[in-house]
Amino acid sequence: MSNNHDGSTAARGVTTVAPKEGGGFPNPGLPPHVHRQADLHKSAEKRAERVVAGMFLLSVIGTIVFIAAYFLVTPTGRNIFAEEGTPSALWWSNLITGLGLAVAVFFIGAAAVHWAKTLMPDEEMVEERHDIRSSEETREVAVGIINDGLEESGITRRPVIVTAMVAALAALPIAVLAPLSTLGPLPGNKLHHTFWGHNPGQRLARDHDGTPIKLSDVAMNSIFHVMPEGLTHDTPHRMEERAKAAAVIVRIDPKLAKNEESMAMGVEGVLAFSKICTHVGCPVALYEQQTHHMLCPCHQSTFDVTDGAKVIFGPAHRPLPQLPIEVDDEGYLVAPGDFTEPIGPSFWNIHKDK
Amino acid sequence: MKALAARRHHPMALLVILLLALVATGGLYAALSPQTAQAEAYSEDDVEAGEALFLANCATCHGRDAEGLVDSGGTTIGPSLIGVGAAAVDFQVGSGRMPMQSSGPQAARKEPQMTEEQTRQLAAYVASLGPGPAVPDEEWLDTSKGNATKGGEIFRVNCAMCHNAAGAGGALTRGKYAPALDGVSAKHVYEAMDTGPQNMPVFNETNLSPEDKRDVITYLEELEKTGSPGGISLGSLGPVTEGLYAWTIILSLLLGTAVWLGAKAK
Amino acid sequence: MTTTTPSTRKQTSDLQDTRTYKLGAVGADWLDQRVAGGGFVKFIARKIFPDHWSFMFGEVALYSFVILLISGTFLTMFFDPSMEEVIYDGPYTALQGETVSRAFASTMEISFEVKGGLLFRQMHHWSALVFMVAIFVHMFRVFFTGAFRKPRELNWLVGFALMVLGMAAGFTGYSLPDDVLSGNGLRVIDGLMKAFPIVGSYMSLLFFGGEFPGTQIIPRLFTIHILLVPAMILALIGIHMVLLVLHKHTQYPGPGRTERNVVGFPVFPVYAAKAGGFFFLVFGIITLISATTSINAMWVYGPYDPSPVSAGSQPDWYMLWTDGGLRLIPGWEFTIFGYVISLNMLIPFAVYGGLLGFLALYPFIEAWVTGDDREHHLNDLPYNTPVRTGLGVAWIVVYLILALAATNDLIAIALHMSINDLTWAFRIGIFVAPVLAFYITKRLCLSIQRQKRNLALHGEETSRIVRTEAGEMIEIHRPLTDYDRWVLVQHEDHRPLKAGKGVSALRAKATSFFFQDRIEPVTPAELREALEHAGHEKHIIDGLTGGDYRTPYEKVVH
Repeated sequence: MSNNHDGSTAARGVTTVAPKEGGGFPNPGLPPHVHRQADLHKSAEKRAERVVAGMFLLSVIGTIVFIAAYFLVTPTGRNIFAEEGTPSALWWSNLITGLGLAVAVFFIGAAAVHWAKTLMPDEEMVEERHDIRSSEETREVAVGIINDGLEESGITRRPVIVTAMVAALAALPIAVLAPLSTLGPLPGNKLHHTFWGHNPGQRLARDHDGTPIKLSDVAMNSIFHVMPEGLTHDTPHRMEERAKAAAVIVRIDPKLAKNEESMAMGVEGVLAFSKICTHVGCPVALYEQQTHHMLCPCHQSTFDVTDGAKVIFGPAHRPLPQLPIEVDDEGYLVAPGDFTEPIGPSFWNIHKDK
Repeated sequence: MKALAARRHHPMALLVILLLALVATGGLYAALSPQTAQAEAYSEDDVEAGEALFLANCATCHGRDAEGLVDSGGTTIGPSLIGVGAAAVDFQVGSGRMPMQSSGPQAARKEPQMTEEQTRQLAAYVASLGPGPAVPDEEWLDTSKGNATKGGEIFRVNCAMCHNAAGAGGALTRGKYAPALDGVSAKHVYEAMDTGPQNMPVFNETNLSPEDKRDVITYLEELEKTGSPGGISLGSLGPVTEGLYAWTIILSLLLGTAVWLGAKAK
Repeated sequence: MTTTTPSTRKQTSDLQDTRTYKLGAVGADWLDQRVAGGGFVKFIARKIFPDHWSFMFGEVALYSFVILLISGTFLTMFFDPSMEEVIYDGPYTALQGETVSRAFASTMEISFEVKGGLLFRQMHHWSALVFMVAIFVHMFRVFFTGAFRKPRELNWLVGFALMVLGMAAGFTGYSLPDDVLSGNGLRVIDGLMKAFPIVGSYMSLLFFGGEFPGTQIIPRLFTIHILLVPAMILALIGIHMVLLVLHKHTQYPGPGRTERNVVGFPVFPVYAAKAGGFFFLVFGIITLISATTSINAMWVYGPYDPSPVSAGSQPDWYMLWTDGGLRLIPGWEFTIFGYVISLNMLIPFAVYGGLLGFLALYPFIEAWVTGDDREHHLNDLPYNTPVRTGLGVAWIVVYLILALAATNDLIAIALHMSINDLTWAFRIGIFVAPVLAFYITKRLCLSIQRQKRNLALHGEETSRIVRTEAGEMIEIHRPLTDYDRWVLVQHEDHRPLKAGKGVSALRAKATSFFFQDRIEPVTPAELREALEHAGHEKHIIDGLTGGDYRTPYEKVVH
């Protein structure tokens, strides 16, 4: 039994397949055929026909409902089930249009399948498998053709041509790199700086309305989501700047601080940190006011705000970079410069000075 | 006029002018300063009744004088309530979170144990202990005056990361959670933002103004009004529940159809 | 090869008299003179396909892909893949006046304004989920029945490629509406790219056409999603089908079925009706779901901005396993000469690569172990191959743990648990659970084999017991017919190999791992013995019962 169908032996020679004792059991052949109701009784056959025809008819009804829905149950126009233009109208439109199409389509399938199952012949038929491997003659002819062709091309006799050809074919794919390189600019020092650094002395503003924040606005145990005041709708590359400049300020009791350096970069317990997770860049937006932990919802990296936003759980490694802040003479919080280090996910040369 | 002018050298004249100036300044300030969401004033009876309720239901964890209780190991049994304001009490007691069923990482919302009147009295007592956020005025809960779009912006930046974009709730660390927001009254939403219950940060007036808060409430109402136009919402928890649905319901339907197709007819 | 029964011949001649038939004949002739249709009909129309519901999942995948093409084409008529910012002024009140991209705005239009738009959008997304479910179920059916063995190894690789492309199609697709959820998904991809040593930041800026998010990514993903990936999928599906026709479909072992034949029903008319009908059934089911169940309500997430994020942010189900690995790995990252090596990304990648590699290469691994170079067209019953089945289950367990890890925050709120504890449970589980699953599966398979063996030798237990005078209890067994017994005895017997003589030590160990614990198939000699014994027993039983096997109760009642 380690032979292939064409009589050749297993190529690897040694196989784990054990020969069957006595050649194994003989295949008993196809079992006797069992007839269906529709084969035996005319009434059953007629009934099956009626069911098939009925299902095709149901499909037609579905099609009619589907088309009608486009006129009678629309999301923003005429809607016989709900007030025009309301979410309820949209719900009805989706439901009726969908049900119509579902019925239209489903019952074509059900009818076809029922027809095949009950009325088409269901005697099992047998088809022989042929060898996939070509016959010996065909192989010989094929091998002959290939050999002749190789001879005629001269590929075996002309090593210089072959070498040159390989060089050309190997070089061409490299050419693909050239147009690929036009897909985007070089990183340069872009990833090392943010809007805060390019425009020092920015006031910190509320993210949702751009209003600057006074030190006295920041209550104990609160969090503000912050952007630079100068980063407005008209700023060029607004989204890209926001993607790097996003920050939060939290106010903690200075007595709880574990990190003197970090506290010194804040004002009276008000600390500003980058909101962009140092893992893969989601906004680290959750703040637990009692534990003083910031949590990133994507992969659960947890940062301790009383200890310089150090990572205390999860896949992030670098602490959230801190934004040094001061108070100007009107009482507003300002950032004299950029974050202490590049924000966001780590990359190869993130620690290199740029 | 002549009589008034004749008295301008009276020794009391300066005092009268100062008093007038004070009243004028105070009045102008009251008229022109940014609105705070003050609601009601409590009576002495309210405060007394509240104190009685407090001693009976809350003092065991929060201390006899609401100064807070810490156990021998240093863990807080109940925090100090001095300065938390009527809003905090109205929220915690009104949503049934307090009195807490059992200590744990989180006080869960449950059936309120106090009547509205009792809640009001407790709030009055705690408010008397020290100044703090008050129960919001109806004006700030009137969604006809709010802007849903602005509210959505505020919600997505300040709230969705804990409570989920649809307000379906979310996990915090170590068994804590931000609860789902469906069925929460506008008043309680306001108070929660204002007081920052448990681990929720404090979003007081200088962080999110009363208009901002009203906008958020309007947005939440709009979300509820819109409902789920695409059909069953599967809890608004996103791709995970959708994937589960595909692997269970849809796969079962397809499997059933396939089995029917392959089975021999009767 | 083809059979026409006498009963159909008379009907055929009636048919041939009809006008429709004659018209058809003219048409067929016209076609045949131009494209040799006759040869094609001869080749394909009476091809036999075996009937089993477990063979239908490849079809489900194919049909859901067709539905993706149809619904997708509709969507492209309305979707605008531009990141240009506009002010939303459609019917959805909560976003009116909001600054959004054209991509987001056009998706809103499709959902809220285009008639049937929401339906087609939901059909498209549900079909995508069903496509991947079907691919997985199909792939594991093929795995557990050993249908990847020669000559089908190449088709297995084609299928594997289709699975990977399916994931790519899904990911690029759900990122197109430019909402907060998928936008944060893109941010994660950006972070992953940046983590690559040396070239990371270059890759990121090339992919996004500048710093994240840029204005290029949605149009680029659109091209990938509607052109490049579908073209590759279609081409591979073509190859997949051609190989299927060339190799013919596998079949389950059974009476009359051999390695040299296919038993079933012909393409025309039975499979044309059944398989064609099945397309409409799948279409109908997906449409029913799309009419009644909401998916990806992107207006609730809001337009993408780098600042907001939603609690419970996960990718579509088939990408969950990649997200889970990122949550489980601790923050291992170190610097060497000031350069960063992010093991917290590289290790998960290595794991994903390993899992995929194992799957892709499995046919070749198993062929190396068994040295079996024969063609296989009869499927294995999974319990007859305990180690293969165990390995498959272990793979699924690893995959499942990774996928569940990505849902840890949802499990935490649903079951009131701590996400930190859950994360630790998964971190330990991913090492312990697969080993346990393998062991339990293998033992279960061997157990089933033992039971089947008994069944083959002794027949079915009838729960009727007779008691001899001596007090011995004998259960009456109903002997199996040859047809029923065949499936239980036809399977292969594998033995481990000893090292030496062309068998390396490693290979010998591998064969031992696969085949040391085994239940040997019933041999004819064993069966003869068992039948003899059964004959003796029957003699005794008939002596006691007089040939009437009814219980006393049954005798009274009947």
